[in-house]
Amino acid sequence: MSTLEIRDLHAAVTEKDGSLREILRGVNLTVADGQTHAIMGPNGSGKSTLAYAVAGHPKYTVTAGSVTLDGQDVLAMGVDARARAGLFLAMQYPVEVPGVSVSNFLRTAVTAVRGEPPKLREFMKEMRGAMGELSIDSKFAERSLNEGFSGGEKKRHEILQMEMLNPKIAILDETDSGLDVDALKIVSQGINRFAAQPGHGVLLITHYTRILRYVKPDFVHVFVGGRIVEEGGPELADVLESEGYERFTAAATA
Amino acid sequence: MAPVSGAVETAPVASVHSFGSENPADFPVPGGREEEWRFTPLRRLRGLHDEAPLRGVPGGRPLSAGDGSSAQPGDGLAFAWDAAPEVTVSFAQRDVASPAASTFLPADRVSARAFAAATQALVVTVPKEAVASRPTVITVTGDSASWGARTSPPGPPHAAEGTDRLAQDGAVAGHVVIDVQPYGRATVVLDQRGSATYADNVEIVVGDGGDLEVVSIADWADDAVQVSAHHATLGRDAHLRHVAVTLGGSLVRLSPSVRYAGPGGDAELYGITFATVSSNAGGQHLEHRLFVDHDVPNCRSLVRYKSAVSGDGAHVVWIGDVLIRPEATGTETYEYNRNLVLSDKARADSVPNLEILTGEVAGAGHASANGRLEEEHLFYLMARGISEAEARRLVIRGFFGELIDKISVPELRERVAAAIERELA
Repeated sequence: MSTLEIRDLHAAVTEKDGSLREILRGVNLTVADGQTHAIMGPNGSGKSTLAYAVAGHPKYTVTAGSVTLDGQDVLAMGVDARARAGLFLAMQYPVEVPGVSVSNFLRTAVTAVRGEPPKLREFMKEMRGAMGELSIDSKFAERSLNEGFSGGEKKRHEILQMEMLNPKIAILDETDSGLDVDALKIVSQGINRFAAQPGHGVLLITHYTRILRYVKPDFVHVFVGGRIVEEGGPELADVLESEGYERFTAAATA
Repeated sequence: MAPVSGAVETAPVASVHSFGSENPADFPVPGGREEEWRFTPLRRLRGLHDEAPLRGVPGGRPLSAGDGSSAQPGDGLAFAWDAAPEVTVSFAQRDVASPAASTFLPADRVSARAFAAATQALVVTVPKEAVASRPTVITVTGDSASWGARTSPPGPPHAAEGTDRLAQDGAVAGHVVIDVQPYGRATVVLDQRGSATYADNVEIVVGDGGDLEVVSIADWADDAVQVSAHHATLGRDAHLRHVAVTLGGSLVRLSPSVRYAGPGGDAELYGITFATVSSNAGGQHLEHRLFVDHDVPNCRSLVRYKSAVSGDGAHVVWIGDVLIRPEATGTETYEYNRNLVLSDKARADSVPNLEILTGEVAGAGHASANGRLEEEHLFYLMARGISEAEARRLVIRGFFGELIDKISVPELRERVAAAIERELA
């Protein structure tokens, strides 16, 4: 049993001049294992900030509220400790890290998260198997992390990392953006594989309903102006598909 | 990384490198304001640039067909070698050791003083068309403590701290010749370690169609001071790969330079530098001054240096001078320098100078930047559970990885990677 609880979360971004600008304005959300939540919202609504604030990106400052994972205070943890506690963030724009190979990086991360180094042979078998499921060429194992990868290759590697690190709660920040249909299906299958395993919860952040044809959410949250303004079941996604966000953005600014 | 702004030398490249001489008296004692000395802390040179006595490394005999050593008790610095069977290594009188094709001429006072003082040269010869079956390793070991054995009666050991023991003991001058005759191929490793105050010249000739890899490792003890010039002359279609790995020493100033004796020459110059602070010798000053002189058509040069600098008072300097003279049409050149500044009071200076005196180049460019570890890199790795210390290690190892991979000798690659790990510790 795993639960990520976000309570009245307020967070601000540090501007270039050092001032703080509030982006999250009281987010309440509970993600339990066995559940898939979709957060949908227009550009600039603060969806990605929510993901980064929970993961602990230094650019964001939490000004109020709490985040707990199974009762543990996530906000008191460093970035690496949050990951080891069972949180995973699939990034919208995975960075390129020159000279650090995919296999070396994965092995280091798996060692950190599991608390002991995996046996090399077993690790290689596991990694090749996971890469195969995601149609990633095994040659990528020796390439520099994300360097020169296409947008779709980067997103598939994010899912690869999620499957190998086996977190309790995975936050997927616009993992569907920039994917062609084939890649979208492969990535969605990976998310479904993960979500189907016991003890896993998924928080899917997206702008478009496209990915929801392949990944069925249990709950849909509409995110506007730094907070959740409407909640419902999968049918809410259909409303957004046909009507767009105007109704909600108009209400938020009214 | 932010580009280096205002990084412009005051004097044109051509004039900075216009003069050379074998006579030390032709070079005034530098005062520190000269273009070529302004980054170097002269006070820490132990008089190498001035009048400090210099003694040449004495000659020695081969121990067996492939191995040899100059080691004698009290020499202060010794050469030892392990040569590939196709390669010969021996001492010769310095004044007759220079290959006919060499264009070497000392370009600064320390180089000229070393040239004058080193009466014996260690000569590495790769005969015509010989292909070396394994690397030839020249080990240069400073052993300043042994000076006392020859120059003064036995006494109490020098204090490790306080006065500068090496300054009292005096300095050593060395001269190494690497002569790759036409179509010869070899890898030569200069492995420099121990304590010394050392001024040296390495004179490299790669004959027509020859192919040479030189890996020069400065893995000195914390208190060593070295001022070194490596000058290469490349024949027609000759290829040189020169890798400078500078990790040890209190002060190391290395000036690699290249000239071309025929068209089609190709020089790759790589550098890996890591400057830190040692408890007994303070911040390291590690300086590299490159000069590629294109005066022959259709030659290539590629300069790629990376450094990391960490700790209060640690300082790296990179000067990259490339001159394309009017006759050097069809030249292709690129120089690149990146410096990772890992702490607030560490310092990196990076000055690229590209001077083009012909309108017909195939390509010419440079890039130079100092920067810090990228926060986004660290965040990405840490978001996967990796600790900050481990994330820093991964990123820095990755930063140097592409240059370590330029070294063809696997054991050396591992040694350099391990040495960088130690610098990070």
